[in-house]
Amino acid sequence: MELLDFLNDNLDLILQLTAEHISLVAVAVGLATVTGVPIGIAITQNERAARIVLYVASIIITIPSIALFGLMIPLLSTIGQGIGYLPAVIAVLLYSQLPIIRNTYTAINNVNPALREAARGVGMSPLQRLRMVEVPLAIPVIMAGVRTAVVMNIGVMAIAAYIGAGGLGVLISRGISQSDPRQLIAGAIAVSILAVIADYALLWLQRRLTPKGVSA
Amino acid sequence: MIKIDNLTKIFETPNGPVTAADHINMEVPEGEICVLLGPSGCGKTTTLKMINRIIPPSSGRVFINGEDTTGLNTVELRRNIGYVIQQIGLFPNMTIEENIAVVPKLLGWDSNRYKARAKELLELVALDPSVFLKRYPRELSGGQQQRVGVARALAADPPVMLMDEPFGAIDPINREVIQDEFLKMQQELRKTIMFVSHDIDEAVKMANRIAIFRGGRLVQYDTPDDLLAHPKDDFVESFVGDDRALKRLRLVQVSQVMEPVAVVKPSDSLQTALARIEEHGYSRAILMVNEKHQPIGYVSRSVAQTTKGLCGDHYFGLKATTSPSDDLRKVASLMFNHDTTWLPCTDEQGVLVGRVTQQGITHYLGATYQRDALNAQSPHLHQVNA
Ligand SMILES: Nc1ncnc2c1ncn2[C@@H]1O[C@H](COP(=O)(O)OP(=O)(O)O)[C@@H](O)[C@H]1O
Ligand SMILES: [Mg+2]
Repeated sequence: MELLDFLNDNLDLILQLTAEHISLVAVAVGLATVTGVPIGIAITQNERAARIVLYVASIIITIPSIALFGLMIPLLSTIGQGIGYLPAVIAVLLYSQLPIIRNTYTAINNVNPALREAARGVGMSPLQRLRMVEVPLAIPVIMAGVRTAVVMNIGVMAIAAYIGAGGLGVLISRGISQSDPRQLIAGAIAVSILAVIADYALLWLQRRLTPKGVSA
Repeated sequence: MIKIDNLTKIFETPNGPVTAADHINMEVPEGEICVLLGPSGCGKTTTLKMINRIIPPSSGRVFINGEDTTGLNTVELRRNIGYVIQQIGLFPNMTIEENIAVVPKLLGWDSNRYKARAKELLELVALDPSVFLKRYPRELSGGQQQRVGVARALAADPPVMLMDEPFGAIDPINREVIQDEFLKMQQELRKTIMFVSHDIDEAVKMANRIAIFRGGRLVQYDTPDDLLAHPKDDFVESFVGDDRALKRLRLVQVSQVMEPVAVVKPSDSLQTALARIEEHGYSRAILMVNEKHQPIGYVSRSVAQTTKGLCGDHYFGLKATTSPSDDLRKVASLMFNHDTTWLPCTDEQGVLVGRVTQQGITHYLGATYQRDALNAQSPHLHQVNA
């Protein structure tokens, strides 16, 4: 009851924090996609580079988010951005690299060699091969990587409230510091619901983007 | 025309170098089908793929229509060579239309032109455009996909086609159908084709010339008939099989072994029939024709010897006939079915043009074994004295 009252009274705030949360994750994962997909494609050309890049990305993902924020504070302070929006976005961008790079790399590498040979045989240049055949076929798996990144980082972004980035984590951190279970629970539930909705929304997008003749 | 000059491929592997193709020299004349034939791993695919440089040669050169392709841009080279792979390799993200139009698009054709071309090609490979143009590859059967694969290779009308076991993935019945369709198409298109197969029957059927490979070397390059009649060594002989003489039957047409034949008319007496049977040394019977010179039956020797009367009242019916364009395999099969040693040949109007005998077939197949005799001897192509 108390919780419902709280939700009712603070709906505006909750919606505003949700919007903040979404925009933070969207910007960060968006940037991660723009960087991770080309990296994933590039490393299909060189096995050694692929091993190194995937290894580094796996290491990054094992760093606890709090530690990562802590590491960035002194670095970004030099440009006056030690806390707030920028470190939050950078952290999520880094965490997103592994699922996106790995899925892109795997998807491109797993394109049926016969199709790759057919593409070469009809006289496609390497870039045409990517654009006309390899990337369209890899889209379902790449999108699955993006989905993983989004769902995972909606949780991570909740912690970024501690460095003043805003988002639904604000409710959680206040709930803890003020010993107010209503805020804590409202924040936690909102984060979970957001994750589930984002997952479904991206699944829908994934199906939309998958070429018709390709099974998702 | 495709000319291969000392083409060699050495793969560097962890276990040392592997010579997959060893100084291959050969020439495929314009408009002909050359089948590269041999056991698995003998270098057929490697040789084929060096022509469109899917595999870069270690040394040697490839000429297409007289032009050395060594210096050419590979992407452009490939757009001018039709390529059909065994795994078919249609792009699953593209419709059938888009698959067929892929080379024309790369070449910058406008959309009306490549769409019309896709439609035309689907018709050529016996698929209904209104049904298939907008479908995706996975909605097609293997045989249909294979046809689309051939259509895609033909799209920009390349003078040269490379086909690597193109009909390998299809069941035997459909394979025969597709082979026949392809040969019919080739009669019109007259592409210069290099075709990989490991199946001697397919090679004999499709090829103008067969190149037998063994361990990266070209061991014999001949017409199917010469290859079957004169295998160069024990390897080729065992590869073409014990029944190689029978395989040759398919390569020879009735017109090549046709002989003149004596006939009677229904109005002739049985006495006349007997006289002609004796005169021509026929053992069992003589053919009877109507006024239009169409065969209608036989008068048997025993009847002619024991009975008086007209042929028209004492004959028995026709068993089977052949046409000059039939191959001897079909003829042999008909002879076995009907327990007969010879068959009349008729033209499209059913008019008698000659006969084909077991002895004539045996003789023809045997003649080539005495090579010198072959050239001196006149071919068994006699006109019938009408
Ligand atoms: N990429 C490669 N690397 C190393 N060896 C290869 C490669 N491709 C083919 N070979 C070897 O070259 C030989 C000829 O292969 P291939 O031309 O594919 O034979 P075929 O098509 O007649 O079956 C085989 O011994 C094969 O193992
Ligand atoms: Mg092969």
